[in-house]
Amino acid sequence: MIHGRRPQLSPIAHLGDATLRFVGDTGAMFLFLLESTARIFSSLGQFQKTVRQIYFIGVKSLSVITLIGLFTGMVIGLQMHYALAKFGAEGFLGAAVALSLVRELGPVLTAIMITGRAGSSMTAEIGVMRISEQVDALRVMDINPVGYLVSPKLAASILCFPILTAFFDLVGMAGGYLTGVLLLGGNSGVYFYRIQAYMKLSDVTGGFYKSLVFAIVVCTVCCFMGYYTHTRRDAVGPEAVSQATTAGVVTSCILILLSDYIMTSLLF
Amino acid sequence: MTQEITPDIRLEGLTIGYGKTAVVSDINAVLPGGKISVILGGSGCGKSTLLKHILMLQPALGGRIMIGAHDLAELDRRGMHCLRQRMGVLFQDGAMLGSLTLGDNVALPLREHTRLDEKTIRERVLAKLALVGLEDFYDYYPNELSGGMRKRAGLARGMVMDPPLLFCDEPTSGLDPVTAAELDQLLLELKKSFDMTMVVVSHDLNSMRTIADHVMVLGEGRVLYNGDLKGLEATTDEYLRRFLDRQAQARTSPRLTMPALDFKVMKRDCSKYLEEG
Repeated sequence: MIHGRRPQLSPIAHLGDATLRFVGDTGAMFLFLLESTARIFSSLGQFQKTVRQIYFIGVKSLSVITLIGLFTGMVIGLQMHYALAKFGAEGFLGAAVALSLVRELGPVLTAIMITGRAGSSMTAEIGVMRISEQVDALRVMDINPVGYLVSPKLAASILCFPILTAFFDLVGMAGGYLTGVLLLGGNSGVYFYRIQAYMKLSDVTGGFYKSLVFAIVVCTVCCFMGYYTHTRRDAVGPEAVSQATTAGVVTSCILILLSDYIMTSLLF
Repeated sequence: MTQEITPDIRLEGLTIGYGKTAVVSDINAVLPGGKISVILGGSGCGKSTLLKHILMLQPALGGRIMIGAHDLAELDRRGMHCLRQRMGVLFQDGAMLGSLTLGDNVALPLREHTRLDEKTIRERVLAKLALVGLEDFYDYYPNELSGGMRKRAGLARGMVMDPPLLFCDEPTSGLDPVTAAELDQLLLELKKSFDMTMVVVSHDLNSMRTIADHVMVLGEGRVLYNGDLKGLEATTDEYLRRFLDRQAQARTSPRLTMPALDFKVMKRDCSKYLEEG
């Protein structure tokens, strides 16, 4: 857990303190995840809250995902065409675009985009509720704050991340088609044929598993940072909310890339 | 239907604080059932901290808190849930959930803890909002209301489960005298109508004199007074007299002996706008 302010420590004591805090925070975050998972199905009312979060995390992210997916696909199309043309292999453009999107860029970029759009607002929302006694109000009303605030967000993230990732992949492939075929004169039939020929089911399921893990990572980290805003050492009040939001986004992005590397080495 | 009793709150050798730091030590007091107890004291004396301990938001550093026959430290999970559902709380700023309308805020405990249908919930919510004069604001969001209205809405939410225990954290702070007096009258009417045990944390002397049946004064890390209002008004204790008579402590502030800031040190020369004539 993030603890209260302490006096200045010597460098070695500071290192030890930081290590203990890291271990403590990691454990606390894991317990936080377990509690929020356990409360996803705690009552029928959770369904309605989850639907509202699906709208916020999923539907409202569509425009950003479309834009980023399209431009990512277009850039990959351009660059790959340039590289493949050197070997006379422009025909493989479809496969190259699709594989890099489905296996790697789709899940990672989608997760990072949702972290910036929805993750930051999760942290800020819960952080503001924490410093304005709204979380305490929930507790004294005998409403579990983790179940009420975090579980619907977690359920919605688990549902939305894979769908948004798939959408990103499709729009990205269309972007690759736009540059590789329509702008640079590649063959349309070959573009789609190579995608079909070289894409395996394991590529798709690998990307799906990645997006599931990213959903859990982003939602847990961002909500955890907001929930414990009041115990931050570096700031209090509204400044603590902004620090927590920054910490939530940065930590989520680092963990997305770290877990992506681990999963890529395990899955493919 | 069984009649619910209004329980006493007993504080026995209680030490309250945060972490390992004690704020008030050795509190021994009974906040009587069916009456309004006012916890009084200066800013930072531990009033709200004591309330947080009674509300089970903070663990006690020592001693125990009994609500009726139940020791809060020994309550099992089920007992804690049951007790919390029988408590109403008005937080200092209302603590209304910003993403919900007033109606949904007040309805929240009913939706979470009862099997009432939506029609009945709406009726009950409107009745409680009418009690605090906010029945026309059902669909408003908290940020569309004034501070006084938010407090009254907080009171409606605290009352919606018809709890035998009501806790109010500085209900009149930041309100104009008329609104503060109205809120005091509302608390008196609620006590009369619903026979509740009320604990009000305040540093508002007028409010205390209007509503208190029982007073506990905190200061200097201990309980300075615990008893009825009459006894407090008759006290000869120097600190309490000063507090009750609103007398400032005699001291020479070093800042007042300092010469006023010269215009010449200002980064922007505003002297010509502030000179006479």
